Amino acid sequence: MLATVLVVAPLVAIFVYLVYKGAVSLNWAFFTHNPVPVGEQGGGMANAIVGSAILLAVGSVIGIPMGIAGGIFLAEFGRGTKLANAIRFTADVLNGVPSIVMGIAVYSLVVVPQGHFSAFSGGVALGIMMIPTVCRTTEEMLLMVPNAVREAALALGVPNWRSVLSITVRTASAGIITGCMLAFARVAGETAPLIFTAFGNVGWSEKLSEPIAALPLQIYVYALSPYDEWHRLAWAGALVLIVLIVLAVSLVRYVTSRGVLKGAS
Amino acid sequence: MGVGIEVTNLNAWYGTNHTLQEINLNIPANHATALIGPSGCGKSTFVRCLNRMHETNPIARVTGSVVIGGLDIYADAKPVEIRRRVGMVFQRPNPFPTMSIYDNVAAGLKLNGYSNRHVLDEIVERSLKNSALWDEVKDDLKKKSGASLSGGQQQRLCIARALAVDPEVLLMDEPASALDPVSTSKIEDLIFQLKSQYTIVIVTHNMQQAARVAEKTGFFLNGRMVEFDSTHKIFTNPSDKLTEDYITGRFG
Repeated sequence: MLATVLVVAPLVAIFVYLVYKGAVSLNWAFFTHNPVPVGEQGGGMANAIVGSAILLAVGSVIGIPMGIAGGIFLAEFGRGTKLANAIRFTADVLNGVPSIVMGIAVYSLVVVPQGHFSAFSGGVALGIMMIPTVCRTTEEMLLMVPNAVREAALALGVPNWRSVLSITVRTASAGIITGCMLAFARVAGETAPLIFTAFGNVGWSEKLSEPIAALPLQIYVYALSPYDEWHRLAWAGALVLIVLIVLAVSLVRYVTSRGVLKGAS
Repeated sequence: MGVGIEVTNLNAWYGTNHTLQEINLNIPANHATALIGPSGCGKSTFVRCLNRMHETNPIARVTGSVVIGGLDIYADAKPVEIRRRVGMVFQRPNPFPTMSIYDNVAAGLKLNGYSNRHVLDEIVERSLKNSALWDEVKDDLKKKSGASLSGGQQQRLCIARALAVDPEVLLMDEPASALDPVSTSKIEDLIFQLKSQYTIVIVTHNMQQAARVAEKTGFFLNGRMVEFDSTHKIFTNPSDKLTEDYITGRFG
């Protein structure tokens, strides 16, 4: 009971404080309007909400398949090999790389050759940050699948690769999806890797090749500004960011628990 | 229809551990053959050599020849082909936990690319009938997960799953040792019915079970096959002193 309170208390405290500070600035315009110049009333963060969604989509498309593929290799095909140990070590180091370093790395690898900031480079930075979490949770979840399940599939004359993809991964799918959600939620709030990549944008943009706004970036800029109106918007942005993450995670959980575990009582 | 199995000079290792030494025997088609012996005597390893599951362990090694229905399984065939012809039921029921009853039975076919609904429906029904589970599950084939059944039902589900790919041989590695007496007797009845269509090899710790279901019995000890004969002879008048000591309970 005490443990429950201790775990839940910080989350509730943060949430309550965000609602207290941010709810007043939340209105329909916040979701439908772009930012307005200083001095004008109103304005919203529509561009940043859409920008974050695009950045996270690009990040997920890059990070989730690579992470899952890596995890499958570690748990099923490369067990005990030098290559697997090297990959596992790399993933653990990557997990510890500060996000600002990730931003600078992607800046020099993608932004500089491209010649300009872009949504794509921001997505790459977020995607790379997702890989280690997805990879290691996938590996751990696959290792939890009992060997008896693998043997049952092999004994039916199913080729090993097919057994891995259709039986082992499927058996571990609930855990793997949780890992992906964790990675997603973690990078959704990242600011540092976007400063040198997505850069931010005061206007509307949906193009991958152009600088794009993102909620965490916008919150960062607004919170550091000297204007009270922007401070209030920053609080509202933080509240929206948290609520959107919770919604996205819940939605994916709901959909997959119905789709993947269909038939399970 | 079942086919006979001829085993010649079979040796098997786990790492440096020589777990099977120079096994020679002929298992007759369409009969049940029991393998008995104390724990660690090599009988499980032996059946795992008959469908090439032994080699799925990276440190395992096999030499010698196993000919099933005229096919030398180590020289002339791939492991996946052999395993479709030689089904296996394991000691602990191991249904696929995220799949429905229907999908569990159809898994072997579906994963090998079969997708005709009508044919699958037919095969699932026939396999569940053959494993005496149909009447208990026919109403929630697709609603219930395989893991939601009782232990005995799960084991019969695993038998149905093995039968669905239409094997010629059915290997059973202590199929009833994790089950209660009622479920055990159901499995034994099943073996009785199935042996008209399949060649059955059953590993068992339970000598009464061997006597009840099998025409032939082999006694394994320390990686060697001590004696192989009709079940009646093994249990009433064994030729080897070691067999007699084991079945009279002097060791093991």
